[in-house]
Amino acid sequence: MRKVFHRKLSKSILRLGLIILLAFTTSLSAQGGDPTKGKSLFNANCAACHQLDKKMTGPALRNVESRLADEQGLDKAWIYAWIRNSAGVIKSGDAYANKIYNEYGGAAMTAMPQLSDEDIDNILAYTAEVKVEAPAAAVGAPAPGAVPANGISNELILGALAILFILLAAGLFVVNKTLRRFASAQNIELPEETKRTPLWQAFVKNQFLMLITAIFFLLASAYFVYGYFMQIGIDQGYEPVQPIQYSHRIHAGDNGIDCKYCHSSARVSKHSGIPSLNVCMNCHKSIYEVAPATLAEGAAIGVDYNAEIKKLYKAAGWDDAEQKYTGNSQPVKWVRIHNLPDFVYFNHSQHVTVAGIECQTCHGPVQEMEVMYQFAPLTMGWCIDCHRTTDVNIKDNAYYTKIHAALSKKYGVDKLTAAQMGGLECGKCHY
Amino acid sequence: MSSNKKYWKSVEELNENSSIVEALKQNEFVDQIPTDEFLGDKESLEATSTTRRDFLKYVGFSTAAASLAACEGPVVKSIPYIVQPQEIIPGVANYYATTIADGFDFASVLVKTREGRPIKIENNALATTKGSANARVNASVLGLYDSLRVQGPKKGEESISWDVLDAEVGQKLTSLSGGSKEIVLLTQTFASPSTSKLISEFKEKYSNVRHVVYDAISESAALDAYQSKYGERALANYDFSKAMTIVSVGADFLGDWQGGGFDSGYSKNRVPDHGKMSRHIQFESNMSLTGANADKRVPLTPSEQKIVLAKLHSYVVGGSVPGSLPEHIEKAVNNAATQLKKAGSEGLVVTGIQDVNAQTVALEINAFLGSKAFDKATPIKIRQGSDAAVSALVADMKAGKIGAIIMSGVNPLYTLPNASDFAEGLNKTELSVAFSTKVDETSSRTQYVAAAPHYLESWGDVEIKKGHYALIQPAIRPLFNTRQFQDALLKWTGNDVSYHDYIKDAWGTSVLGGSSFNQALHDGVFVGAIATETVDTSNVEASEETPSGNAANALAATTKNSGLELTLYSKVGMGDGQQANNPWLQEFPDPITRASWDNYLTISKADADEKGLMNKHVANGALNGSYANITVNGTTIKVPVMIQPGQARGTLGLSFGYGRTAGLKEEMQTGVNAYALYQNFNTVQNVTIEPASGEHEFASVQLHNTLMGRGDIIKETTLEIFNTKDKKHWNAIPMVSLDHVETPVTSPEVDLWEEFDRSIGHHFNLSIDLNSCTGCGACVIACHAENNVPVVGKTEVRRSRDMHWLRIDRYYSSEETFEGDDERKESTKGLDIIGALREMESAAENPQVAFQPVMCQHCNHAPCETVCPVAATSHGRQGQNQMAYNRCVGTRYCANNCPYKVRRFNWFLYNGNDEFDYHMNDDLGRMVLNPDVVVRSRGVMEKCSMCIQKTQKTILDAKRDGREIKDGEFQTACSAACGNGAMVFGDINDKESKVAKLKEDNRMYHLLESVGTKPNVIYHTKVRNNTEA
Repeated sequence: MRKVFHRKLSKSILRLGLIILLAFTTSLSAQGGDPTKGKSLFNANCAACHQLDKKMTGPALRNVESRLADEQGLDKAWIYAWIRNSAGVIKSGDAYANKIYNEYGGAAMTAMPQLSDEDIDNILAYTAEVKVEAPAAAVGAPAPGAVPANGISNELILGALAILFILLAAGLFVVNKTLRRFASAQNIELPEETKRTPLWQAFVKNQFLMLITAIFFLLASAYFVYGYFMQIGIDQGYEPVQPIQYSHRIHAGDNGIDCKYCHSSARVSKHSGIPSLNVCMNCHKSIYEVAPATLAEGAAIGVDYNAEIKKLYKAAGWDDAEQKYTGNSQPVKWVRIHNLPDFVYFNHSQHVTVAGIECQTCHGPVQEMEVMYQFAPLTMGWCIDCHRTTDVNIKDNAYYTKIHAALSKKYGVDKLTAAQMGGLECGKCHY
Repeated sequence: MSSNKKYWKSVEELNENSSIVEALKQNEFVDQIPTDEFLGDKESLEATSTTRRDFLKYVGFSTAAASLAACEGPVVKSIPYIVQPQEIIPGVANYYATTIADGFDFASVLVKTREGRPIKIENNALATTKGSANARVNASVLGLYDSLRVQGPKKGEESISWDVLDAEVGQKLTSLSGGSKEIVLLTQTFASPSTSKLISEFKEKYSNVRHVVYDAISESAALDAYQSKYGERALANYDFSKAMTIVSVGADFLGDWQGGGFDSGYSKNRVPDHGKMSRHIQFESNMSLTGANADKRVPLTPSEQKIVLAKLHSYVVGGSVPGSLPEHIEKAVNNAATQLKKAGSEGLVVTGIQDVNAQTVALEINAFLGSKAFDKATPIKIRQGSDAAVSALVADMKAGKIGAIIMSGVNPLYTLPNASDFAEGLNKTELSVAFSTKVDETSSRTQYVAAAPHYLESWGDVEIKKGHYALIQPAIRPLFNTRQFQDALLKWTGNDVSYHDYIKDAWGTSVLGGSSFNQALHDGVFVGAIATETVDTSNVEASEETPSGNAANALAATTKNSGLELTLYSKVGMGDGQQANNPWLQEFPDPITRASWDNYLTISKADADEKGLMNKHVANGALNGSYANITVNGTTIKVPVMIQPGQARGTLGLSFGYGRTAGLKEEMQTGVNAYALYQNFNTVQNVTIEPASGEHEFASVQLHNTLMGRGDIIKETTLEIFNTKDKKHWNAIPMVSLDHVETPVTSPEVDLWEEFDRSIGHHFNLSIDLNSCTGCGACVIACHAENNVPVVGKTEVRRSRDMHWLRIDRYYSSEETFEGDDERKESTKGLDIIGALREMESAAENPQVAFQPVMCQHCNHAPCETVCPVAATSHGRQGQNQMAYNRCVGTRYCANNCPYKVRRFNWFLYNGNDEFDYHMNDDLGRMVLNPDVVVRSRGVMEKCSMCIQKTQKTILDAKRDGREIKDGEFQTACSAACGNGAMVFGDINDKESKVAKLKEDNRMYHLLESVGTKPNVIYHTKVRNNTEA
């Protein structure tokens, strides 16, 4: 009996709520909706398929209400019905509904029954807002003025200092000359300087010093030559210009996308894998331009991110205006940054999946890199240093259980390093 | 006891006064660096304008220039997929099940692909139908990347489009249809239900169509015999694992006899188990792979073989036959018959004589015995050619009765003995189309060349045995503008479906019986309902009529022709010659003669001496041989002569598959064409032989060095001794003296080194059983493919610079010891000496043969490691002797110090070098390279790594899954390729593993145990079943 009572109660509460809600919505819709609330609702519910000024999966929605009213003679009730259950409207045989449905490739809009009339009005209010021009120019403008001002002040100081020194030097010369003239006028004999062998001659004549110096120079040049030769083939800091200015800073840093979302083969393969363009297009089908703030950041370093996205579209063969693939794709020729020699076998999955090492350990602060560069030297010494100091990750790994127990007992340690596990053997990486 | 035996590798070694052998024994490098010659040449030294100072300046300058040039790293581009296929992860291999069916080799295989490129052929564990992949099948992947493939359809020399070809061929076919001239489809054996259906549809559309199946090396006699006895045109299916007494009369069943693939079954009973193993008696004239494995081998002429078979029939079944045999052969036949009768249903007789009577006799004997090995329910379908039909076709073509000929998978202008007749007939046809992957001898003479895809780019189905089906699926998109024969037939019959859909449809209606096509495609094989019917073999005997003995009588009535008898055979490496442009196979050393890059006339020592033909070793250990002209019915060819121990007197041997010239790189145009002598499709021909001028240079491996007196490199014993005596009699551990006490070399007290603790983690061992190893060489090619082993070419092999990481050594041994010979000579008195000497002469007449695969032994106490000045070779905890190529500076000390001679030095850059124009010299051929193994450069040493890339992968897979590794997961390329179970690889620290048990076996020994290297490769003593009846 209690159960029944409760059900009835909840039902009645629900009904009450609905009545209140309906009362509110009607009152608010009369007011025309709140564009601010509408914006957040739009971003949460609609933005995956719609933009205000651009055709995407669905049509552009700027002034949709007035356009529908003016061009098709459809009222708000139609819009409510469409949003809550577009499939139903299409089924009912509505002419415009079917037209739209066919125009967008026969994909029905997701039904949004959760949106109240009030919500829809808010959204419509947001779509009715007047388009604001992008403030892109505003950021760039003040910069050119400031830079010359600084430059001039520096040059001025330097110039003034130079003039000061010239004046001082000239002053000294004049004083010296004047004093000498006084001396000759007063017949004061200036003491004659005794001729001494010049320092360099003395140096040249001292064979011991010469030997020491020669040795010194030889050693010094050997040091530098050695240093030069040792860096051959080491491309630490290699930062080539890429065909598309792909910013890891924006993707991995600002947006916090996991490395392995795009470099998924790092989990299972020796290669980390350069993401195929279809992975890019997963997101960039709907992200056709960057946020104004990001655009401004790009402008500060001379990059137009929107143009870079266009490059991606061109490579993937995506027609943004028509929202479809043309089939005319051009593979991107990325410049490879991390080049291990052919005689080294390196496996990403061993390090990423088995050892659980962060990508950043070897690749550096990728999330801060505007342009990707080689962070680590990738020398054998560098590999070995890490193998010597890193413990084997044996957590929940049945493979290691027996061998780790036996080996750590043998070496008398709690935790084995990769080196103790055999990670220094030549054949583990060279075959 | 085995250790008394003397092993030898070439006839030269038997000559005790040979200076060459002496020189080879003393010198590690036979060719001295010619510095004396160079410096001794005063004249040219003085004439040169380059002084010593200038020379040093040049050296210094070029070194500096080279190092400066190396400073700038190249810019490497990486191009990702636009849309990455779901199943492809860069760096992870995919496997697809498919089937090779090229008309000669039929096998279900797995194709390993990397980033969409097939790179290796492996055995399909699900396909137990027909043995495992042989050397040629393993090498077939390289054919895909053959740079001389036809890249699109052609009309004469000119490239055309498929539309043009379709239109022109279609028009011609329509005009010929119903006319007086026939349309002929001349094809290989497809054994394909779908293709058969398709051809019958083609026949319906164009009424006067004749389909002729042509096998380059015919099995027509066996097919005819089986057809007349069992009513089905197929080959008898024998399961050798059910036979304990095997008598073979001229059948090379471990080679390509009746399609091959019998070796896996054969090997199962070769390992002594509870004191029992099979007994194998071989009567043959050439020394074949099968004869080399036999317990008793009787060399005799082909005409004697026929009498042997007839007598065997009469002894076993009853009746009497005419004909007489030399006494020792008669005795052997009698013996064989007794053993067969004793074995009863466990006996088996097979024959390779291309004669219907002979084949019938073999079938009759087996039926009489009720042989369990013979499976009547599932005859083999992979040979369907008919000699009569082919002969009739050639005659009709010559008579101008054929309007159009469409060929697929055949090359008659190369493989027909009467090729000129065929060529003449070809000119009389109005339309000739050849589906071919190459512009070969035939397709270069046809009007149209229809570019055919490689089997790894094709769809298809095969019925290998009755009811045992296999599917062919492409593992890569066609590299060129090719179309397979079946797709063209579909088009020409006006059918719009693709061959793939056609197969699917055909399978749905007639093969699958409700099972899933996708599952069959995944497995690669499908066993239909027919095969599962059990046939009671005991009924076979009862249901047969008592054999009349007519066939046997007819067989025995064969009169012996005068002169020498030539037996044509196919080599393990080259088969029928389809893959002649495959450098792996060209460089593959023949298991018996150890010669690569050649075919040759094999002759017995006695006959060679008689004819004045000789083989001789030149100073660097390479072999030279005389030439001879051999004539068969007026056809004469000049062939190099190789003296073959064990070749029966009065017989000669010559292999098919060589002597091709069209569609081959110049380096691959080796040997002579034996098909020219293959008259009437008979492999046995009467020949006359004349010595010819000139000396041929062979490229044989294994003859370059001598055994240095280490005769105990191989161990063998007989079943009787094995069963009755203690291990120390037949597999003794060598002893050394420690404080005047004999101590086994394996004990730690006599060891130079401290023993490491290897009990933790994995410790890999590779076990090789000399009893189940038949020497087939599949492992050699698998190793090539897995490890990017370079091909060096004939001249380099001649200089003993072959790069095989894994070689299969072949040792001859005489039944008597040489010491025994001497003793006997001394003790024999009077006239008896003549008989005794004659017997002793037989050292080279019928030697025993033993095969021993040798790769790096991964010694725990490796001599190579201690002498490397730069520590480029070192030992891993898991037992592998590791080689860091980038560290090696090429002193070759390690090779000098290796007692097993398994290290290979890169004398040259073998990739991207026009001097070595093999697959690694073009972009297409390099696609076969395994990306996980580095391609070595000039000046470094290389050797077997125990497939460390494979063990590492297995370990990594287990680590990723977080599990322990099960036995059988660890494999090397060779152990995975071995279908005979001779090679077993695994972790001996896993006490339950197969290899750990094998290591404890009594037959286990290490190679050259006395050296004390403690290898991680173990061998099992060869046991021969010498039990006479």
